[in-house]
Amino acid sequence: MNVLMTGVGGQGIILASDMLADVMMRAGFDVKKSEIHGMAQRGGSVMSHVRYAKHVASPLIPLGECDILLSFEELEAARYVQYLKKDAVVIINRYRLSPPSVISGKEPYPDVLPILREKTDRIVIVDGSRIADEMGNPKGVNIILLGKLSTYLEADEALWTLTMNDMLKEKIRAANIEGFKRGRQA
Amino acid sequence: MKKILSGNEAIARGAYEAGVAFASAYPGTPSTEVLEDIAAEYPGIHAEWTPNEKVALEVAAGASYAGARAMAVMKHVGVNVAADPLMTLPYTLIRGGLVLVSADDPELFSSQNEQDNRHYARFAKIPMLEPTTSQEAKDFMIEAISISEKFGTPVMLRTTTRISHSMGIVEMGEVKEPPRPSVERHPAEWVMLPANARVRHPVIERRMVELKEYSNTSPLNVIETGDRKLGIVSSGVAYQYAKEAFPGASFLKLGMPYPMPDRLIREFAGQVDELWVVEELDPFMEDQIKALGIDCHGKDRLPLCGELNPDIIKSTISGVAPAPFVKPPLPGRPPSMCPGCPHRSLLWALRRNKAFIAGDIGCYTLGFLPPLDAIDTCLCMGAGINHAHGMATVFGAGKEKIAAVIGDSTFYHSGITGLTNLAYNKGAALVVILDNSTTAMTGSQNHPGTGITIRGEATISLDLEKLVKALGIEWVKTVDPYDVKKTRKTIKEALAFEGPSVIISKAPCVLLKSRKVTGKPLHVDPEKCNGCKVCIGLGCPAIEFRDEKSFINSSCAGCGVCEELCARDAIGGGK
Repeated sequence: MNVLMTGVGGQGIILASDMLADVMMRAGFDVKKSEIHGMAQRGGSVMSHVRYAKHVASPLIPLGECDILLSFEELEAARYVQYLKKDAVVIINRYRLSPPSVISGKEPYPDVLPILREKTDRIVIVDGSRIADEMGNPKGVNIILLGKLSTYLEADEALWTLTMNDMLKEKIRAANIEGFKRGRQA
Repeated sequence: MKKILSGNEAIARGAYEAGVAFASAYPGTPSTEVLEDIAAEYPGIHAEWTPNEKVALEVAAGASYAGARAMAVMKHVGVNVAADPLMTLPYTLIRGGLVLVSADDPELFSSQNEQDNRHYARFAKIPMLEPTTSQEAKDFMIEAISISEKFGTPVMLRTTTRISHSMGIVEMGEVKEPPRPSVERHPAEWVMLPANARVRHPVIERRMVELKEYSNTSPLNVIETGDRKLGIVSSGVAYQYAKEAFPGASFLKLGMPYPMPDRLIREFAGQVDELWVVEELDPFMEDQIKALGIDCHGKDRLPLCGELNPDIIKSTISGVAPAPFVKPPLPGRPPSMCPGCPHRSLLWALRRNKAFIAGDIGCYTLGFLPPLDAIDTCLCMGAGINHAHGMATVFGAGKEKIAAVIGDSTFYHSGITGLTNLAYNKGAALVVILDNSTTAMTGSQNHPGTGITIRGEATISLDLEKLVKALGIEWVKTVDPYDVKKTRKTIKEALAFEGPSVIISKAPCVLLKSRKVTGKPLHVDPEKCNGCKVCIGLGCPAIEFRDEKSFINSSCAGCGVCEELCARDAIGGGK
């Protein structure tokens, strides 16, 4: 299984992909994960590859092999479309963060759905950012989106709870577990 | 017990299990997390951020001379800084195991070049190990210490970004008992005068012969027999990519690519019909294999530039071009300085004063992007001051406005010698030290100016202004970059001054708790805004241009710079 997470530096993508990898290790899979830290995080485009199977060789997903794309931002869902399998599931957070050329008024924010529809019609749009705002925890959008993603994956909800208990600080744990549940229902 | 660890975390774990007592580093992507993880997880290991990589390697060597196991960690270009000690260290007697971790960055995700540091192993005549997974990153760290002690040589553990920053499952192991340090004197092996070094050189050459034998017989290098039509020699993450692309092929996997196992290579080459060498960057292994008189494919087909991936390897070796793909024309999203970053207003003011701006390595290098367009050079750590001095000297004092910008951490790394030179040789350039009280680009590491060690203990804090004066610069002023008017005025004075001048732009990084911004977003009054775009010229991600007016989004940190620049008083709030 190949899961790609995309978005913008600072959205909590790395923690989300760490958690997915941990859950799948608990589920008994071999897991590999790869992303870029450092300069890419200063508000730049971020992509994290998570792969799990009986045995995984490459930490990078080959082109056309991504089963599920989870994008934390609308535009970033379309940037890596070449990785998608035909009929892959695409989960998009309804959230737009304008890149510099849009901010400065040089070009409009693009319409990404036609680009994605060339590969798949299984496109799910989630109000992750709105739910996070409603819950008074805008930073918790990553857990809400993970909740939604989890409904497409084999691992038991109990494994997710174990991972959250293990990886999240006590102070923020309860709110995040609640966010995860809201995401599952979203 | 199993855990998911990044390659860097696995190296830290390996150091712990190997009984490493001393670890030093200067932060640099993709190597930084090794020492951060040691500091966070393994309190028994002494960890220290050093001002630069040369210091890191030398202090680790000192620990090794005392009989302790030690490591120095750095990014690929950091090894250039440490190259001076590296070249002579193998001449000297290594007591406690000594490992140099070099993290290379094919594809230049966060670097100024993509040099292949495997050449350093050959250049310095030291063995090199290269893991292909996180598990191996841990195991090979332990093996590197063991080889170092067995052969009395420093060992290079080489990773790349995709090993350091990829995660995989790692089985935890037992901790080895570390040796007890003791004072010994070995002047013939430690005092590298010509007479002694001359005697030590043949020791290295004999050692390399022994290491080649070890490489031929070590389980680090292994033949995996599969379909004999295609044989692939590979190492590092490229091995995993090749395995993904051709799972059924025969492989010679080199966990110890230097010195190369000549007999094993001949044996493998004799078993397969077509031999390929799959490696990132330079034909390091390929050239050596060809020097054995063995014909193979490699960089005649595979790219020399950038990182590999399973797709490139598959299409190149199979000769089947990948399905054509046209990238959708989407707006790019390059990294940028954060909203509220104190570098932004300083660079803006410097550009407004029409100075040529020699840059350096740090977040401020991003000031090169439009609309700021405020960095004119970036070569390596500490180069900016020297560029500015060379340039200003050619023109003569006061003829052209030449400035350099350098961050505080970079200044301690390698700016001090340049500034000393500038003062000593009667330079006239302006040097701006962007003091944001951290090493920001690599994720906020402490340094000698922050007053805090890697483990959060209080320590000395260098007084930058006093230091600069002590180096011989008389014209030194400290400014608050958020006070744009005063900053511009000070820059103007400094550029008009005919001697060397230094401005210290002092404000904490906006990602630090000590930041000097309110964190409350400002807003634009659309009635007053006439769309003049002066604020847009700051290149702040918080200021958008919508419907011919400026608009401030929720990422605004409330630094107030745009408010100060707005001639129509249209920006406010946030207090």
